This record gives sequence, C-alpha cells and structure tokens, in this order.
Amino acid sequence: MEFLAPTTWADALAAKAACPGALPVTGGTDVLVEINFDRRRPPALLDLTRVAELRDWAPDRGRIRLGAAVTYSRVIDELATALPGLAMAARTIGSPQIRNRGTVGGNLGAASPAGDSHPPLLAADAVVEVASAARGVREVPVAQFYTGVKTNALAPDELIAAVLVAPPRGPQQFCKIGTRNAMVIAVSAFGFALHPDRRAVGTGIGSAAPTPRRAEAAAEFLAGELDAAGLWESRGELPDGLAREFGHRVRAAAAPIDDVRGSAAYRLHSLSVMARRAATWAWNDYRRAA
Amino acid sequence: MRITLTVNGTRREVDGVWEGESLLYALRERMGLPGSKNACEQGECGSCTVYLDGLPVCSCLVAAGQADGREVTTVEGLSADGELRPVQQAFLACGAVQCGFCTPGLIVSTHDLLERNPQPSDPEIREALAGNLCRCTGYEKIMDAVRLASRAQERAS
Ligand SMILES: Cc1cc2nc3c(=O)[nH]c(=O)nc-3n(C[C@H](O)[C@H](O)[C@H](O)COP(=O)(O)OP(=O)(O)OC[C@H]3O[C@@H](n4cnc5c(N)ncnc54)[C@H](O)[C@@H]3O)c2cc1C
Ligand code: FES
Ligand code: FES
Repeated sequence: MEFLAPTTWADALAAKAACPGALPVTGGTDVLVEINFDRRRPPALLDLTRVAELRDWAPDRGRIRLGAAVTYSRVIDELATALPGLAMAARTIGSPQIRNRGTVGGNLGAASPAGDSHPPLLAADAVVEVASAARGVREVPVAQFYTGVKTNALAPDELIAAVLVAPPRGPQQFCKIGTRNAMVIAVSAFGFALHPDRRAVGTGIGSAAPTPRRAEAAAEFLAGELDAAGLWESRGELPDGLAREFGHRVRAAAAPIDDVRGSAAYRLHSLSVMARRAATWAWNDYRRAA
Repeated sequence: MRITLTVNGTRREVDGVWEGESLLYALRERMGLPGSKNACEQGECGSCTVYLDGLPVCSCLVAAGQADGREVTTVEGLSADGELRPVQQAFLACGAVQCGFCTPGLIVSTHDLLERNPQPSDPEIREALAGNLCRCTGYEKIMDAVRLASRAQERAS
C-alpha cells in the first residue's frame, strides 16, 4: 500500500488521476474501520487532511461553500445559523471524538443511505462540487449525487471539493430515530426546510430507501396547500390535519427494508411521525419569525 | 514508511510504519505507549482516545501517516512526573475504575471537557462522554468522578 499525502488541491487531483484506485481518506471514520477489519486493501491511501483548500468554508456568490474536509464539530460551532439543518444533523452524529474527525465530504464519499448529512442537504437543495485534473470542476445537484446503495456520482479520477448551499430563507428541521442519543446509525431520519422565498418545501429521507432521497410529491402537496390558503403571507396556523397528511405522503415516498436496526414497517411509521413533527415545528418557527 | 510527530511533548521518529496502520497501533506497538487501549478498532468505545492537535479523537480511526508532523497527547502525557492530575485522582477516589480498560479514554475525554467547560452540568457530562463506553461501572461512579474533578479544579484555581 502507498500513502499519498498531497498538500495542495492540484496535487491531490493529480494523485487521484495517476492512481484512480487510491482511496481518499479525510476523517477516516469510515475508511479506517474498513482497513482495521480487513474489508478493504486499496493500492494507496490518499490523505486529504493536508489540503488547506478543503478545510475551510466561506460565502461564495450567494451560497455557503463548505469545504469537503470541514468536520462536524466545526459545522456545529461555526455554521449553526448559516446551515441550520446540517448543523442539527451534525449534532446527532457519533460522539465528540467522531465529530472532531468526521466530515461532510466523507459522508458524501461513503454515500450510505443512513448518512445523516444527506437529508438536510437534500432539503436545502445543496450542490456537490466535484473536480478532476482532466476536466476541472463540475457541480452535481445533491439529489443526483446518490446513485445506489453506498455509491455516488464520482468518476474514478474525481474528488469532492465542497458542498454549496444557499443560506436558509426559512426554518429547517432534522429528526432522527435511534436506540440512544449518541453513537447511533439512524433507523430512519428526516430533513425538512421551508423556502418561503419561492413558496417551496424541501425534504430529505434517510435510512428508508436504497439511497437518500426526497419526498417530492409530499413537498409539492404541502407547498401547494400553504399557497392555496394564503398561509405563506398570513403565517397563520397550519390547518387541522395538514401536517399529518404531509407525514403520510412522506411515508409513501420511502422504500425501506427490514434490517438489524429496525423493520420496514417501523421505518415507515417513524418517518410519517417525524415528517409531521418537523413540518409543525418549522411552521411554528416561521410564524414566530414574523 | 517513516513518520515524525510530537508525542507528549517529545519529537518521535518512527520507522517501519505500515501505510494502513492506525495511530493507535503505532502508539502502542511502535512507541511503547500502551496507555491508549484497543477495545473495538471501530470508533465505538473511545478507549483509544488521544488528543490530536488539541482535539480528542479515536486514535484507532486515524491513519498513522495522517499524524505525521502533528502533535499527539496520550493519557501518559497527562500526568506530569508521575503526579496524577485532579481528573485522574478523582477517578481513583470515586471508584470509577474497575477493570480499567475504559479509563485512559475517559480520562482524556474528561480532561478535555473540563478544559472547555470547568463546571459542566450532568447532561453536559453525559454528552461529552457519550463516545466512551464502560462495561463495568454503570457510569454512576464515573459521573461522581467528573463532578469531583470539577470541584477539585475549582478549589485549586
Ligand atoms: C463510531 C462511529 C459512529 C458514527 N456515527 C455516524 C452517525 O451518527 N451518522 C453518520 O452519518 N455517520 C456516522 N458514522 C460514519 C462516519 O463518521 C461518517 O460517514 C463521516 O461523515 C465520514 O467522514 P470522514 O471524513 O471520516 O470520512 P472517511 O472515512 O475519510 O471517508 C469516507 C468515504 O468518503 C471518501 N472520501 C472522503 N473524502 C473525500 C473527498 N474529498 N472526495 C472523494 N471521496 C472522499 C473516502 O474514500 C471513503 O470512501 C460513524 C462512524 C463511526 C466510526
Ligand atoms: S478502540 Fe478506538 S474507539 Fe474503540
Ligand atoms: S472499568 Fe471496566 S470498562 Fe470501564
């Protein structure tokens, strides 16, 4: 095995192009487990922690550009206002030790259906910035980034540079079901965002389909009902039963399996409850913000 | 490969490091520092917790090569000249150590908590120690130890 430790982004992309089998490692919280347990023996490890360009976040043409190697601890400490849904999700991840190392870029690289970054990124319409030495930068809408169980849209010579997220125009929520309050992979998870500027609703389902996915029809339904009742402007109370109906429709968008963490039936049930609660909480925040 | 890093304030050069090995393995097997324990090798138990550039991390999930040029503090580095720190004394005084396997990781995590937050509430203690598992004590004595260490540090300052 080789150990490649580029210190610039250009060198990192060149290394990946020269050795497409090289396994990127940032926080190592997924990669080292696989190596420690002999599940993976890549020809090379490509350490990305020395690439300064990946470790920062900054406003960038109306969006927040979150470098792929920014840790969850920093998302929580520095971005709770700018990326509220993602920060809420980050607080539920692993333990302090895991959050000090684990990164959003690593979560996207692993592309697990249970990754907690995905629901808030889906709900906020995030875009993944990927790059290669040969073809330069390309932007992939996050919903198109997940291509299957633990697979993503990266070509063999590409790396994740950053995530681009518009600042929130309305409240966001994140809910997650697990057996304890720490160190749990989600049984199911749900991300929610209100986008009052375009009278739209954002959703993200975690751990309840082969990939993280949106509940598009449910989101359109809720946004349309709010619109029809003039609620985006009046900020009135949610009509009776609307949040519940939204929950049912979110459930209809999921396609979960039974596994050791939970049954498909429980995942469906918990999703409809989380969606109802998330919508209600976010709407109440929206009303209070008036 | 060779890595060069600062461990507990001392510069160390380590040869023959395998590219896929963890910092935990390098500390225990190549640097003679068995304080950090290996109980799961998958980030779940926290018994391998060390400071890496000032932040507590699971050393089983850091590739040794990633620690090249960095600063590491292990539990061994927390007791100066064989004198136990208040956190360590509190664990002894409260019976928070049974088999002791989880102790080094809990000492590092508690040390970090009290540096950041000298008087943590009980929920804050539980949150800060959520990544450290103990099979023996049932955690109550550990909670006692953290509260005692917090009071001891307050008196000392
Ligand atoms: C004890 C424990 C608890 C955990 N709890 C949670 C949890 O609650 N929720 C959750 O979602 N996850 C959890 N995880 C999984 C893991 O922490 C996350 O997936 C984390 O985001 C991975 O980030 P990392 O930087 O450590 O990734 P790494 O392990 O370094 O990499 C992960 C994957 O991404 C690839 N990769 C990394 N960076 C890039 C890049 N810039 N470009 C291209 N590919 C890249 C790697 O090659 C690898 O395939 C847990 C893990 C452990 C060990
Ligand atoms: S040995 Fe590292 S967390 Fe258990
Ligand atoms: S004292 Fe035995 S595991 Fe904690």
